[in-house]
Amino acid sequence: MRYSIFALARGALTKHRHWHPAWRDAAPNGPYDVIIVGGGGHGLATAYYLAKIHGVKKVAVLERGWIGGGNAGRNTTIIRSNYGLDGNTQFYEWSMKLWEGLEQDLNYNAMVSQRGVLNLYHGDAQRDAYARRGNAMRLHGVDAELVDRDAVRSMAPFLNFDAARFPIQGGLLQRRGGTARHDAVVWGYARAASNLGVDIVQNCEVTGFVRSPEGRMIGVETTRGKIMGGKIGMAVAGHSSQVAEMAGLRLPIESHVLQAFVTEALKPLLPGVITFGAGHFYVSQSDKGGLVFGGDIDGYNSYAQRGNLPVVEDVCEGGMALMPMIGRVRMLRSWGGIMDMSMDGSPIIDRSPIDGLYLNAGWCYGGFKATPASGWCFAHLLARDEPHPVAASFRLDRFATGRVIDEKGQGAQPNLH
Amino acid sequence: MRIPCPYCGERDGAEFTYCGDASPVRPAADAGEAAFVDYVYMRSNPAGEISEHWYHGQGCRNWLIVKRNTRTHVISAAMLAKGSAP
Repeated sequence: MRYSIFALARGALTKHRHWHPAWRDAAPNGPYDVIIVGGGGHGLATAYYLAKIHGVKKVAVLERGWIGGGNAGRNTTIIRSNYGLDGNTQFYEWSMKLWEGLEQDLNYNAMVSQRGVLNLYHGDAQRDAYARRGNAMRLHGVDAELVDRDAVRSMAPFLNFDAARFPIQGGLLQRRGGTARHDAVVWGYARAASNLGVDIVQNCEVTGFVRSPEGRMIGVETTRGKIMGGKIGMAVAGHSSQVAEMAGLRLPIESHVLQAFVTEALKPLLPGVITFGAGHFYVSQSDKGGLVFGGDIDGYNSYAQRGNLPVVEDVCEGGMALMPMIGRVRMLRSWGGIMDMSMDGSPIIDRSPIDGLYLNAGWCYGGFKATPASGWCFAHLLARDEPHPVAASFRLDRFATGRVIDEKGQGAQPNLH
Repeated sequence: MRIPCPYCGERDGAEFTYCGDASPVRPAADAGEAAFVDYVYMRSNPAGEISEHWYHGQGCRNWLIVKRNTRTHVISAAMLAKGSAP
């Protein structure tokens, strides 16, 4: 069924009895041309573009829980392409372009809302760094504006402009940035992929790999039996090391927990996404009205999917320093998601050293905004066996060759990226 | 999280600085490039017990090796890094 205002009106005449599930909950039915391990946004987007762009007929997405139940449902829904380093800039801008056409492409309301992303600066050195980043973005055709204190004040008069320690001097604004509805992104990709014949298999945990005598990956062992496939793509960020270990691989990745928070609902308050430049705090307002915010990862390896209180305190202090009125709002919920923190803070989309096994991993903080381009580029790699030009830098061997993409300049310390 | 420092006793985790997995050991200077790439970048990243380095910067300023479960944060042992094997 194609969703439209006319379908809605027709449905109204029949008391809306025309609705049915948006995607098929399939049972494993191998062999497949491509098996995607991981039914999050990236896995589903990969399956969709494999079927749509590359015409791959038999594709399966295997999810150990339910689709979108991992990090796709645990992020802060921000989309942006304000990256400064070669490789990242082009990739995230391609993602932003896909976001801009996503709803029409999927025929699904993903609530993409380009309300702007504003990164505040609080000193001369930070202004210069943002000017440099903005210039790098503009040279790649990405929109970026360096705005002064008065312009920030007109957008968000409630910020703490005259804080003695970190007065707001201005910001780097990407007007095309904003937010999207994270669950709808998952559901939209699932529906569109399912319509193209992709099998979405839930409650199907991969427990091992099946290899041919020559060592090639030819299938996976799962809790729902053995499933054979020509190529196997991993998109299990947060648990990439675990799945890779089953294949005998070690990755340049550590797993860390990142917390996020939401307050009670308020009337429209924030114009878009605002980030604090003197601490780690970013905030936006959901369509339901809650302030959605986050900060640093907890800082030590964790698979716990819940965080500790010192970071809760640190994030809330950042919020108070940036916009003191946030202290009047009650925080409703907090939750944690497990990130693949890579050694340079940038992702990996590449072949693995094992024939037939492909990696999509190491998304750090950037996973949600990357969803469309990650799927697009991973599908390209799986279908053609060569990297997509905008993701060609995200190689697994870049750590050995010295071509790391370290946006923050922290070195091989995953807990600091 | 509270870390049982062998010198100071059980202390708040905020007094400590994290320095990651303690199991990689620096290879000999002539071990070759592959060994160093493995040492600097590759990690086992276990879901379960891990040995890791913590620095008690706001306490005794000792480097510790702490054995902690990454799923539950339960700490089973903590010892001074000096003279201990990870």
